[in-house]
Amino acid sequence: MSDDLDNKIDTQNTDETTEKQDLTVKQSIFRNAVGLALFAFFTAGLIGITQIATKQRIEQNVKAFQQQSLLALMQEGLIDNDLLEDQHDFTQGKFINLELLNIDPKSKAKYFLGFKNGQIKSIILPVTAPDGYTGNIDMLCAISPNGDVLGVRVIEHKETPGLGDKIDIKKDDWITDFNGKNLDNIRWNVTNDGGDFDAFTGATITPRAVVKSIKRALDFYELNKSVFLSHTQIIKPTAVLTSQLIQE
Amino acid sequence: MIKQIFVDGLWVKNPALVQLLGLCPLLAVTGSVVNALGLGLATLVVIVGSNIAVSLIRSYVPDTIRLPAFVMIIASLVTCAELLMQAYAFELYQIISLFVSLIVTNCAILGRAEGFARKNTVWLSALDGLFMGIGFLFVLVFLGAMREVLGHGTLFDGMELLLGPAAADLKIVVFEDYTSFIFAILPPGAFIGLGLIIAFKNLVDNQIEERKKRFATKVVAGAKRVRVTNA
Repeated sequence: MSDDLDNKIDTQNTDETTEKQDLTVKQSIFRNAVGLALFAFFTAGLIGITQIATKQRIEQNVKAFQQQSLLALMQEGLIDNDLLEDQHDFTQGKFINLELLNIDPKSKAKYFLGFKNGQIKSIILPVTAPDGYTGNIDMLCAISPNGDVLGVRVIEHKETPGLGDKIDIKKDDWITDFNGKNLDNIRWNVTNDGGDFDAFTGATITPRAVVKSIKRALDFYELNKSVFLSHTQIIKPTAVLTSQLIQE
Repeated sequence: MIKQIFVDGLWVKNPALVQLLGLCPLLAVTGSVVNALGLGLATLVVIVGSNIAVSLIRSYVPDTIRLPAFVMIIASLVTCAELLMQAYAFELYQIISLFVSLIVTNCAILGRAEGFARKNTVWLSALDGLFMGIGFLFVLVFLGAMREVLGHGTLFDGMELLLGPAAADLKIVVFEDYTSFIFAILPPGAFIGLGLIIAFKNLVDNQIEERKKRFATKVVAGAKRVRVTNA
């Protein structure tokens, strides 16, 4: 019965084909081209409408998501500025030993500065571990002005599910071991290598790569401390003011 | 007719278990119920939409260009689904975004456009899309549940990503202090899980068939094929 359904109108289709053979090749190409163009027009229109309808919401989501992931790096209430407003490029020549962070020059990675009452409280650096078990591990590391780690989060990784992926805060809170550590108060290595950071059972390579990279990020901060601390808070004219001006 | 479409989509011609179409997303996202449900719903929306659209235009599209036209419909619907997901289930989208765009290449959808919607009325095509989509969704969610329980010892973890904060309570811890069974989470676990589901379906089918045979031989001696589905 179902086979009948699937083949029901096949006879009609053959009628159509014979009819079409009467047209010249040119005509049929033209007809098909116009047909497809019309189609493209309608489908593109549909996408356009959906995009316009969802644009604002998506932008909001992206922004909120970025903000949340940055704020998660430090204690609540530590800063009072909008981190997304205070983002900066790693301008060429401004920093020494930039290679310590291992960031892809093409990725346009930025660093963020957190302020409270106009005073710098937190420096958020992007750092990549190039030696993960399966490729790069991208992280964000928040550092206080005097060089303590405020928090570390893994942004992107391809480590083995169930083993190496414990570096992800969603799977395990191992990554919070870094909080409060600085270059002097702990040995920057995993326990297997004579350090103070726990490695996971069955996965040493992943935590080793993460620990080393965070140490490099701290080294980088110490070397470039003066550059970071010379920043002052960016205060933009508030959006409310500008919109009022337009209304008037 | 409607009953036939219903049975076809959910069992007899189930896209995942019988036609074995769309296996790439099926195997990739079934690590947990929430991922499976998210992708299943997106696929369901697209397949219903594409079946309706294809059926609506079935008498206007010349045979020679029907495939590019169908693909265009499916691709644009998937793009819309992707945008909507970004707007309303952003966190889930972050996890399964790659596979949402891959719905375009889900042969089950083009298969239904070509095999059914092209030849049937809008109403029947919509139903066919609905039941095929639900059939696919069921397999996704079932496999997702299987792998989540075996792999993590939980069920419905992270439902709030899809259904809003209120759904966070849905999480069920099946086994306390479960050391995760990695094999179930990794792709091979998906293959074997799907294999088991297909084997189970075939077992049930065989049993039904046998029962029918026994019944049929009693009534009409020598009959080779008797359909009792509509009885």
